[in-house]
Amino acid sequence: MLNRAKIIEVENLVKKFGSFTANDNLTFDVYKGEIFGFLGANGAGKTSAIRILCGLSPPTSGKAIVAGYDVAKYPNKVKANIGYMSQKFSLYNDMTVKENFRFYGGIYGLSKKQIVDKTNYFLEKLEMEKTRNVVLSEIPLGWKQKLAFSVAIIHDPKVVFLDEPTGGVDPITRRQFWEMIYENADKGTTVFVTTHYMDEAEYCERVSIMSEGKIEALDTPANLKSTYGVNSMNDVFIKIARG
Amino acid sequence: MKAFIKKEFFHIFRDYRSMVILFGMPLVMVLLFGFAITNDITNVRIAILDNSKDVVTNQITQKLISSGYFILEDNIESQNDIEKIFTEGRVKEVVVFEADFARKLKTEGKAHVQLILDASDPNTANIISSYTTGVISSYSLELMSQTSMIPVKINIESRMYYNPELKSVYMFVPGIITILLMLVSTMMTSISITREKEMGTMEALLVSPLKPIQIIIGKVMPYTLLSFINLIVILLLARFVFMMPVAGNLVLLIVESLLFILMSLALGILISTISKTQQQAMLLSMFALMLPTILLSGFIFPVENMPILLQYLSHIMPSKWFIIIVKNIMLKGTGILYFWKETLIILAMTLFFIGMSVKKFKIRLE
Repeated sequence: MLNRAKIIEVENLVKKFGSFTANDNLTFDVYKGEIFGFLGANGAGKTSAIRILCGLSPPTSGKAIVAGYDVAKYPNKVKANIGYMSQKFSLYNDMTVKENFRFYGGIYGLSKKQIVDKTNYFLEKLEMEKTRNVVLSEIPLGWKQKLAFSVAIIHDPKVVFLDEPTGGVDPITRRQFWEMIYENADKGTTVFVTTHYMDEAEYCERVSIMSEGKIEALDTPANLKSTYGVNSMNDVFIKIARG
Repeated sequence: MKAFIKKEFFHIFRDYRSMVILFGMPLVMVLLFGFAITNDITNVRIAILDNSKDVVTNQITQKLISSGYFILEDNIESQNDIEKIFTEGRVKEVVVFEADFARKLKTEGKAHVQLILDASDPNTANIISSYTTGVISSYSLELMSQTSMIPVKINIESRMYYNPELKSVYMFVPGIITILLMLVSTMMTSISITREKEMGTMEALLVSPLKPIQIIIGKVMPYTLLSFINLIVILLLARFVFMMPVAGNLVLLIVESLLFILMSLALGILISTISKTQQQAMLLSMFALMLPTILLSGFIFPVENMPILLQYLSHIMPSKWFIIIVKNIMLKGTGILYFWKETLIILAMTLFFIGMSVKKFKIRLE
């Protein structure tokens, strides 16, 4: 683990909104090709931390380096090197599958040929070639989520942030979704994922659990379970979240 | 950037409702205001109660009918019929000649005509009355000079500047241009930005390497173009359907319109930063902007006649200033010298709205 390259380095990161401290002195690293689970109850400060790591909001103090760039100093360099998929669906419902690929490829600066190649590649892989010219609103949610993930990595980002990507998706599609995640992690893409499904937490290489703005625990799922003397990630989570 | 603008056009063309608003509105509004809502009178149905039935009253009746403004619906015989014919709604005006009209005119030098009007629509009644008076007095002048009974009195002839035929379309076109530019630019931009917020795609755009300013320009460009097309459509309609020429400099009119479009877009962005949903954005731009724009801008009702409080309120309506500019260029044909103040006010408003929305946008990002 220690000889792997760090892709996200966070040191003493603090984010305050007025007198409210959303992130209290976070320090952690994420390695290249890792699937990193970022867990926490609602309001624990996950969203605020992700926004900082994506270069959307500057930290109040402390340092965060993502894909080699300081988020406070070079937010645009960071943005160009990451992919992002939110719990809210991020594709356009009134455009076709192809047009969505073309649009996101376009704003990440891919050439026409690259976009066409990528579109073909993903559609073939998802076995969704028939939907190429279908307007997105006519496609089932599970498929859309898989498309959204593909679109989020269309520009081969070094890190991809997934903010509760599988909310409202059936178990089979979730399973397929995680297979996609594994496959991309194997290719060297770091996956930074938040989720409320504790079975998904088991799939992660390492998991951090936040509570009230602090990281309370950070380890592999197996180590966490033995540390807290419980049998499932669910129990670990409940122990930490309840304090 | 190119991809962005293209995407925006997809949104517009896929959503038939926006299409209808964008292209149907100008056509419908111009045609409606131009044809239906008109202050000009033609073909007003009248009745004549002629208690004299002599040469003079006959001539006056002929004059009225041949003027083109009136259609003779009925000749009635008694005072009692007047009430009836009004209740039936068959006429707007009854012209009553007193008995012995021609004789009295000859002997006493004066005779009476009574005009009775349906004033349930007071404006129209007023106009009809003045048209009728006009026709009759021109006849009496003619008569006087022919017979030289008495020296011809002073002949008052009024000329209407800038709109010689008092066509109401001249008054409406500047107003419609203003309202449509505002509607399309402000409402459509604010809705399309809040839609992205609602859908969650805004987040995806913000984490992309696009700079906020690129996102805004990408959003705003298509609507600028469409507003501009609308402007041209209205001007063409005014010119070729209503024969309303642009008296002043067309280029100046277009430049001023672009400034106003820019202001409306900035306002639209500001609205989108304070509203959370599309409905909210729509309500804000519809009711907070459209109604005051129509009522307080001097589009239909002259600002000068309003209570002082409303007059002050009208000063903060950007549309008021733009209407003054458009009227100046289109009707009076004056140059920038005559409305540089109004132009500056709109410019200042534009900068204010841009400043405000940038500030709001930043706060939201934090």
